[in-house]
Amino acid sequence: MKGFIYKEFLHIFRDPRTMLILFGMPIVQVLLFGFAITNEINNAGIAILDESKDEMSIALTDKLLASGYFTLKENLRSRDEIEAVFRKGNTSLVVVFEPQFSSRFIREGQAAVQLIADASDPNTAHLLSVFASGIIRDFSGDISIINKPPLTIRIQTNMLYNPELKGVFMFVPGTITVLLMLISAMMTSISIAKEKEMGTMEVLLVSPLKTWQIVSGKVVPYILLSFINALIILLLAYTVFAMPLRGSLLLLLAESILFIVMALTMGIFISTISNTQQQAMLLSMFALMLPTILLSGFIFPVENMPDALQYLSHVMPSKWFIVIIKQIMLKGLGITYFWKETLILALMTAFFLIMSIRKFNVRLS
Amino acid sequence: MTRILYILQKEFIQVLRDKSMLPMILFIPVLQLLILSYTATFEIRNIRLVVCDLDHSSESRELAGKFKGSSFYNIVNYVQSYDEGAEWLKKGTAEQLLVIEPGFAKNIIHTGDASVLLTTDAINGSAASLMNAYGTSIINQFGREMAVTATGSAQLREALRIEPQFWYNPELDYKTYMVPGILVLLVTIIGMFLSAMNVVREKETGTIEQINVTPIRKYQFMTGKLLPFWIIALFELAFGLLIARVVFGIAVAGSIPLLFAVASVYLLVVLGFGLLVSTITDTMQQAMFISWFFMVIFILMSGLFTPVESMPDWAQWVNKANPLAYFIKINRMIMLKGSGFSDFSGLFFGLVFYAMLTLSLAVFRYRKTS
Repeated sequence: MKGFIYKEFLHIFRDPRTMLILFGMPIVQVLLFGFAITNEINNAGIAILDESKDEMSIALTDKLLASGYFTLKENLRSRDEIEAVFRKGNTSLVVVFEPQFSSRFIREGQAAVQLIADASDPNTAHLLSVFASGIIRDFSGDISIINKPPLTIRIQTNMLYNPELKGVFMFVPGTITVLLMLISAMMTSISIAKEKEMGTMEVLLVSPLKTWQIVSGKVVPYILLSFINALIILLLAYTVFAMPLRGSLLLLLAESILFIVMALTMGIFISTISNTQQQAMLLSMFALMLPTILLSGFIFPVENMPDALQYLSHVMPSKWFIVIIKQIMLKGLGITYFWKETLILALMTAFFLIMSIRKFNVRLS
Repeated sequence: MTRILYILQKEFIQVLRDKSMLPMILFIPVLQLLILSYTATFEIRNIRLVVCDLDHSSESRELAGKFKGSSFYNIVNYVQSYDEGAEWLKKGTAEQLLVIEPGFAKNIIHTGDASVLLTTDAINGSAASLMNAYGTSIINQFGREMAVTATGSAQLREALRIEPQFWYNPELDYKTYMVPGILVLLVTIIGMFLSAMNVVREKETGTIEQINVTPIRKYQFMTGKLLPFWIIALFELAFGLLIARVVFGIAVAGSIPLLFAVASVYLLVVLGFGLLVSTITDTMQQAMFISWFFMVIFILMSGLFTPVESMPDWAQWVNKANPLAYFIKINRMIMLKGSGFSDFSGLFFGLVFYAMLTLSLAVFRYRKTS
């Protein structure tokens, strides 16, 4: 038994390319999410079509550019150029000032600014138009004192758990989950399928080892590796990105182990239903990785999806685990808040375990 | 030439013989296209809001009613204390909490200076800032209406009209934006993994030796390996475009031949990269991991989900080496805006360069002797 586990470890450690994916990947991912990838808008390219070029339109242009959201890419001369500038793809918003902007604004009290957004990216288009409108309204408020509203409702906003709105708080739980899934489920399924494909499974089956010993021998190294990985990510998040751990570390680790075991049983199940490595890989890729990333609320909020997909997301183990991590790390809650999620993970583990034992036995006869 | 044809024939027979491979190549990506396009959205709708109205006035009820009437909000509960509301946020059963403090109506009428508290669960920072913006704009709108009633002047005209226009996608439908990107993603995944797994599989099963002892040349071997996947992936793109047209109603605004011309160059990059991975690895598992490693980085930085323009400068520089970013950008330009070749010629020549680079590296790295 010990010798068997040792053999599996050798298989993994012998190869620097496997090590790259095991330890390089988590670090690269967390760093990318922390430093490079963001949903925030800054320095979006805009173009100005100023048909009046007077005092006020220039002042407003300066105010827009000073906000930090926008970078001026081009000054247009006619409306025909708008289409061309969008097609080149570096400009997301065109601000159009009508002729005689100042005089219409001051004398007639009625001037217009057009904000034409390239809505092929609707999210950016919407945000840019909201930001620009805000700046323009401020400007118009500064100028026309007559328009000062007689009533103000002050809004105190309070951003709970993540006052600086750091993206990494959202991504760390997701990254941990995806990686645990990748290492545990995908690697075990491939490694068992490989023994089958190469015919070495037969050798193991005729050895005096019991079935459960073979399976646990396969699984133990991956439990350890996954666990070390989870610790690395947590440490990185804690030291580099100052992500807090408000709840109990022990509880977090215990839940992680539960999730790892769940993923492993899932991996074993996948390997029992596929005969070649390639099948196991494609199955884990498409049936496992992509849904894990998409339906778990890792990047995209589940609440906005169509109902059918929301139901589907309930059978994604990663969804429940991400909820648990967030509640422990960011909200500092105890088990009373997520015993349901924990129970679901435990039931899933039991389900995959029973299914794979049944499948495995069928194969032996 | 005949040698290439034989290798081609062999590859096609191999791919088509495997009963489980064909459905995997065909149906799973289609399923993904359908599911992905619906899941990959940053739209925020149905924000779950808890209202804590401590004022119990007609004004405070009217403000809560504004939230109820908004298509962005869904009031899940009314509570009687801040702590009770905070508990909903803690449990994750609500995202926002609106607290209207006692004296709200009195302040509106007498001092003209009232305040409310809007608390947001900000773990998802970008969603939180949007939710905050929605909430703030509803409250401000309410304030303006109150001001109109207070002053009695029916018209509180804004001196500066802002006229927003959304071109190419007036309904701001996120799916329209995602489908072209996801098409690229699927073609890439299929091309990359089929090619990366292929040569290494022959290595692992030992059949590569049989090919090595034949008089076939390196470039012939590579061409024979590359072409089948190139054809499969292009077929897949055509299939995907059809689905985009039929299911999502997204027609290609630009030229379809141009789109395929760019795609065929892009696929050379992907397949060349896959073959390169295949030649430098010994087992399928290694090949899988290396391609997965690069795929994840390519995808995350490609601008598929998050705007490239918002990344820091160094990341945008790194991204110049990301072929996925090039093609996603070009594909969106052609499909949604009808851009022509001159609009993205720089990006296109970038792809040509990477195609030559990866292919020559792959041929160079492949050794007939071990």
